[in-house]
Amino acid sequence: MPAITFIHPDGKSDCVETSVGESAMQAATRHGLDGILAECGGNAMCATCHVYVDESWLARLPAMADDEDALLDGTASERRPTSRLSCQIKITPELDGLVVKLPERQV
Amino acid sequence: MTASGTPAATGPASVPHLDVDPFDMNFFADPYPTHQRLREAGPVVYLDKWNVYGVARYAEVHAVLNDPATFCSSRGVGLSDFKKETPWRPPSLILEADPPAHTRTRAVLSKVLSPTVMKQVRDRFAAAAEERVDALLDKRSFDAITDLAEAYPLSIFPDALGLKAEGREHLIPYASVVFNAFGPPNELRQQAIARSAPHQAYVAEQCQRDNLAPGGFGACIHAQADEGAITATEAPLLVRSLLSAGLDTTVNGIGAAVYCLARFPEQWQRLRDDPTLARNAFEEAVRFESPVQTFFRTTTREVELSGATIGEGEKVLMFLAAANRDPRRWDQPDSYDITRRTSGHVGFGSGIHMCVGQLVARLEGEVMLTALARRIAKIEITGEPKRRFNNTLRGLDSLPVTITPA
Ligand code: HEM
Ligand code: FES
Repeated sequence: MPAITFIHPDGKSDCVETSVGESAMQAATRHGLDGILAECGGNAMCATCHVYVDESWLARLPAMADDEDALLDGTASERRPTSRLSCQIKITPELDGLVVKLPERQV
Repeated sequence: MTASGTPAATGPASVPHLDVDPFDMNFFADPYPTHQRLREAGPVVYLDKWNVYGVARYAEVHAVLNDPATFCSSRGVGLSDFKKETPWRPPSLILEADPPAHTRTRAVLSKVLSPTVMKQVRDRFAAAAEERVDALLDKRSFDAITDLAEAYPLSIFPDALGLKAEGREHLIPYASVVFNAFGPPNELRQQAIARSAPHQAYVAEQCQRDNLAPGGFGACIHAQADEGAITATEAPLLVRSLLSAGLDTTVNGIGAAVYCLARFPEQWQRLRDDPTLARNAFEEAVRFESPVQTFFRTTTREVELSGATIGEGEKVLMFLAAANRDPRRWDQPDSYDITRRTSGHVGFGSGIHMCVGQLVARLEGEVMLTALARRIAKIEITGEPKRRFNNTLRGLDSLPVTITPA
């Protein structure tokens, strides 16, 4: 059961147990985490599951598809080089310990 | 109405048969008991009235939506099978298409209706919502469907598309034909199609490049043809998709939200106390009322779904509205709760065909409900709400209300 840490804009953090195969967004919503809206339910269509991935983890994530890249241009909080959509981060055992920061806002 | 199916190896015999007609006026008047019966009968049912399979539980609706290779859209997302019958109009290049054709047209509309574009139109949409509330505050008593749920989208969406001022009265009737036409050959469908010629002529004309104002969604679609993303003959048909699906849906979505907030004053009070809940109040209304009630798919091969074997070329009816109130998926499914975590509802569909206009719909809903919550203290229903009947859309024809200013 890989665990992911979500750091809120105020600095508080939540460590969330995940299951392999689900997405980081699903893990967050399953735990009732505020800060991930996921309005489209994980279909890569809304950009309301935006996260900033900790630099040290960035290279270990699967590459971004074109639709994710395009959606990130429209996030409510600024896009940074570390921006990803959490619904597109599929949990694998290698991602145990992943750290992501939540943006100020999702809409 | 009881399940009469005796278990057998495969095909319709292996699933419970129900003699429900989900396109009948009595059903439309109160679909909820039947939705429950459909869910409880089994994960997959067979509806003898129209010879189709049905799924009404969340898990199966979600599964069908997310397996487009098996449950295809190119044979029509209504009852009519395009392989056996000629469609009533040239098929949609997006809604009634499968990958890879769908992938290309979908990319175009996704770009035209992207979050980036929403940021550009937001202020305009919000200002129009404020103006609408000004007008409603002058009236105090009005019809929340005509004067609010219809008037607001009509004041922004045709302009956002870049449509001419003349002829816009065809838009809602055209959409009504489109959504009736997904249904079976009942009176609603037959009459709608019989009267559709003038609306079709209007729509075909407005989809042409010369009739679309620069900078609008329509012109942006045509510009994609210059980029080589689609051909010049495909562009007008993609504009048609926005004319078909972009207006009446949000009318019914906003109508649903206002109807919910007027019926459940404690939810209205929560929204008044915290108007930032407006966006979720709208989303929850889309779950709770499901303005788009159903869509069909057609099987491309024999498939096993939750223990039922469905043959090739069968129509499968997905009850989005029933899935959105499935107690297996939702706590207190029959209560409207504006703080609910709505993520995952299928009111906008799911998977590759999930509503490409969902960001437009949410933006309209959010800014309209925000404007209402900030400036109106109370909404009271003052007369009997009247239902509007359509084979696919659920909504009201009239909702008399009186408002009290904040
Ligand atoms: C509350 C409002 C709305 C609701 C409830 C709604 C619902 C839906 C649903 C359930 C689907 C899935 C169809 C399927 O799976 O076969 C869909 C698709 C679609 N919607 Fe919406 N819709 C709404 C607003 C809009 C708006 C505002 C637009 C345009 C600006 C739009 C354009 C479309 C289009 C073009 C498709 C086809 C997408 C595809 O096949 O890839 N809709 N909508
Ligand atoms: S949940 Fe909508 S883009 Fe990730």
